[in-house]
Amino acid sequence: MATELGPTPVKGPASGGTPVHHGPKGVGEDNKILSQGKWATWLLAPTVIALGIVIVYPIISAIVMSFQKDAGLDPATGLFTAGGPAGIQNYVNWLGQQCAAPGGGTVACPPGTLGGQFWSATGTTFLFTVITVTFETILGFWMAMIMARTFKGRGLVRAAVLVPWAIPTAVTAQLWLFIFAFEGIANKLFNASILWTGSEWPAKWAVIIADTWKTTPFMALLILAGLQMIPADVYEAAKVDGATAWQRFRLITLPLVKPALMVAILFRTLDALRMFDLPYILTGGANNTTTLSILVINQIRQGFNSAAALSTITFIIIFLVAFIFVRFLGANVVEQSGATGKGKK
Amino acid sequence: MTTTTASTELRARQDKGRKAAQNREKWAQARTYISAVVILIWCLAPAYWMVVTAFREVGFTYDTSLLPTHVTLDNFATAFDTSFGNRFGQALINSVFIGVTVTAISLLIGVFAAYALARLNFRFKFLVLGFILGASMFPGVALITPLFQLFTNIGWMGTYQALIIPNISFVLPLTVYTLTSFFREMPWELEESARVDGCTQGQAFRKVIMPLAAPAIFTTAILAFISSWNEFLIASQLSNDATQPVTVAIASFAGAQPNQIPYTAIMAAGTIVTIPLVILVLVFQRKIVAGLTAGAVK
Repeated sequence: MATELGPTPVKGPASGGTPVHHGPKGVGEDNKILSQGKWATWLLAPTVIALGIVIVYPIISAIVMSFQKDAGLDPATGLFTAGGPAGIQNYVNWLGQQCAAPGGGTVACPPGTLGGQFWSATGTTFLFTVITVTFETILGFWMAMIMARTFKGRGLVRAAVLVPWAIPTAVTAQLWLFIFAFEGIANKLFNASILWTGSEWPAKWAVIIADTWKTTPFMALLILAGLQMIPADVYEAAKVDGATAWQRFRLITLPLVKPALMVAILFRTLDALRMFDLPYILTGGANNTTTLSILVINQIRQGFNSAAALSTITFIIIFLVAFIFVRFLGANVVEQSGATGKGKK
Repeated sequence: MTTTTASTELRARQDKGRKAAQNREKWAQARTYISAVVILIWCLAPAYWMVVTAFREVGFTYDTSLLPTHVTLDNFATAFDTSFGNRFGQALINSVFIGVTVTAISLLIGVFAAYALARLNFRFKFLVLGFILGASMFPGVALITPLFQLFTNIGWMGTYQALIIPNISFVLPLTVYTLTSFFREMPWELEESARVDGCTQGQAFRKVIMPLAAPAIFTTAILAFISSWNEFLIASQLSNDATQPVTVAIASFAGAQPNQIPYTAIMAAGTIVTIPLVILVLVFQRKIVAGLTAGAVK
């Protein structure tokens, strides 16, 4: 990229590829060249405005709503209760699993109500996230290592891994519901008679297996792209120096693929934390497979403002996890996809 | 005498070593093939099961023979049958319409942003990039509550715009960052030459860069369309029977008996929804993988 830089050094941490203004240089002098900043503003404006409308506005209004009381009939007294400011009551209710008591005040939510499911839904969400991301990382890494080798039929394997990725999640859920049906192929294959969606752990495993099947390919492809950035001669040199396969993996592959791997894990983690389609269709959230997203959706029709508080809590949880990843685990997404890597070729 | 024995011995040992190395090589190759077959089965078997079941007679829904048996096309007719309240045909049209609109809007807006992010230097560039990447990771569930209330209030529930606008929230960021990384890889020297030859920056963009960028834009369009096509959460809440996309239609597919899931018809519907995507993905495999991984490694 250095060829483009011309004689004048580009100021600041300018990423390469900047067209350097060589003065007018015969370009029509009446054509006033807008400064890059001004250009950028105009070019970015539509996207920023659009995202402002579809993301920033709903977020702000969700936060405003979450501090309002839900109007509606008091379930106990049958009297209409008006809305109005609620302060942080909605948040307190969710976190403390408190429900409105007849005649004001709150009591612990009876089991079975949505209000009583916050911590179990949080637990389920994190359980799904940790297990599926772990499986997907290990399996995806293994698949990527295989696909990085040269062998006949490699193209076929690389094409095949795209198939689960291309199937819509709603279809995936129905497909696995069929596979896990009582008379379905899973039970026949393992000669079992498990009611997969009928009790807690089989239902959880059904979701985990289906999610792992669906999203491992994405992980494998991201890791494969990272593996392909490692020059082959590094391995050759290590081989000459007598490094074993395990040493080569631990001392070369892992550290060099780490940036790509961390980004892949971050993407998948954030995706898993908002998991909705699979458990919603596969188990309907029954048997303790309700994730936070499902809880929000179930709450919407019972009270907007309370649902807004829960969705804000969900958003904060996901944001915190992303922050921890970027800050402490070195998943530098912006740098990865940002202007670094220029001139590295 | 002794030297010859020594050299024969040495040669024998070398031969042995070479043979061992060859054996090891063969073993490694065999292991690779076994792994490849395992990956193929893991990825394709469930999808294959969907297709096979789609072609099976209803009475043999739970048949376990691996090859197609009791082959019929009835399930495809059942999938389009509207007598049980399913509107699969209409849902297909809805999904195509929503997907095309969302993709077109996102590309139209996103292409300019991607150009700026890939080519220009300006303050807050990383802030904008971070904002867009953050937006693409955004949980849809955080948007749904206010939108649900807003659309209820203004009478937009179940309309197409109520489905298209929220989809832009995740398709547009995806479009921008995929295009940005494609644009960084392009031969921008040509733009410089065009500028030297008397084009303005805008003209150089339209006449030189746009034609070169066509494949990148096309790939991005496929990725954008797929992500809109697969959307379920927002559509499941904001659509109605007339505007629901295929994902919602398939998730709530009803059969003749209320407590018997019509699996063969659902598998047929799933096959119809999936096959075009799979063909598209396989044909443009290289480009799509490049686009998918563009954001993560560079």
